[in-house]
Amino acid sequence: MSFLAHVFEWFTTSANWTGPQGIPTLFLHQLELSVAVVLTAIVLGGGLGVVLGHTGRGGLVAVNAANAFRAVPTLALLTLLAIQPAISLKPGGSLAQWSGFLASWLALTALAIPPILTNTYVGMREVDADVRDAAKAMGLTGGQVLRKVEAPLALPFVMAGVRTASIEVVATSTLAAYVSYTDLGTYVITGLNTNDSVVAFSGALLVAAMAALVTLALSLLTRVLTPIPLRRTGRSRGLVTDPGLAQPAATANI
Amino acid sequence: MLFGTNPFFRWSYITSNWSQIQADLVQHIELSLIAVAIGTAISIPLAVLAWRYRIIRAPVFGVASALYIIPSLALFAILGPITGFVASYTTAEIALVGYTLLILIWNTVAGLDAVPADAREAATALGYSRSAALVRVDLPLALPYIFAGLRVATATVIGLVTVTALIGLGGLGQQITYGFNIGYNTPIIVGLVLSVALAAVADLLLVGAERLVVPWARTRRAKAVS
Repeated sequence: MSFLAHVFEWFTTSANWTGPQGIPTLFLHQLELSVAVVLTAIVLGGGLGVVLGHTGRGGLVAVNAANAFRAVPTLALLTLLAIQPAISLKPGGSLAQWSGFLASWLALTALAIPPILTNTYVGMREVDADVRDAAKAMGLTGGQVLRKVEAPLALPFVMAGVRTASIEVVATSTLAAYVSYTDLGTYVITGLNTNDSVVAFSGALLVAAMAALVTLALSLLTRVLTPIPLRRTGRSRGLVTDPGLAQPAATANI
Repeated sequence: MLFGTNPFFRWSYITSNWSQIQADLVQHIELSLIAVAIGTAISIPLAVLAWRYRIIRAPVFGVASALYIIPSLALFAILGPITGFVASYTTAEIALVGYTLLILIWNTVAGLDAVPADAREAATALGYSRSAALVRVDLPLALPYIFAGLRVATATVIGLVTVTALIGLGGLGQQITYGFNIGYNTPIIVGLVLSVALAAVADLLLVGAERLVVPWARTRRAKAVS
């Protein structure tokens, strides 16, 4: 039987679709971890970006520090956290799932904050000073300027950051399986460890499909959330604002 | 437990394991250098084609984005059965090169797009053919963008190389998995710190190279700051 036939057989085996090690359960685990991470990063990174962008002080320092932090390999952060006694109370015991989640949540949040912080800050600073002044001249308070003017105008940037972060987080959450959190990465890690290339390959296909789905879903969400007048305008200054592939160049240009 | 206690960092680990650390560092540099070099050799011609012939822009970016989106570990597992052996340089390099493509092509196309029309018209007026203008006008003017892409690609690759430890290579990633497997902080920190340092040194070298190759960018940047 050819390799692909084995893969097909794996996907059509009903046992792989049920129970605590089944595809739906592990998919949900990966989704739960990713959502928890991205929400935390939006609160921390987005919150800091809004404050720094609104006041205009200390922003570049924070953005550069956050981006320098991106050089830290996630695998190192993940494993270092996972072996700390405070997190891995019982190595290999019943708490493995929880401690794996905790280590992954912390490590991945650190990964997700920089793009969200950077894009939020840039988005806030990109708001035209004239628009801001006009809003103030019309008697809006600082908080109102933030809510009614700056936030809607910065939203496309923020969403670009959230999307980049989410894609990175979903991709990297595969590594969480290495520190005993069971998600779709578990198939890949188990397959690699046991030299079972069918399981590793099938798991990899699932992970890739999930990454693609998340990317697609976020593109749609960005479009829905972007205020209509801002959609597809001519002012895509290419690198930071481009809706398709915001991040690779964005970090280089900050 | 191999060591009675697990301090945050133990210097003696470095002195007693220096040759292994050195070997891991060398492998890390090798894996990264090969990936960035091959990635650049593939990306720049592809970017030039995608820039000149609009019709292939979408497929080139489509394939590069797809490679970029697939998680590294998954890509290793997908490539393994194709290249024949998961834990091979070939598997690792194909995946690592795959990640550089989007970044490098993206930046090169952006750089070529940003070449002022005046410069191109001047080249035509001086009698340059289209391909001569590409080599002597367009690409040199796109260099700051290409270097920006190289910097991001290099940093990305140096980080990703650690993940290849899960398929038996890894460079400094070996230190990380070793530390994790025996529950010992020091090797993980060694891997982390050296990997960050490597990324910083590589970035400095690229900045230096850019200054040598693109001397006009520095004066322009200095003006922009002042």
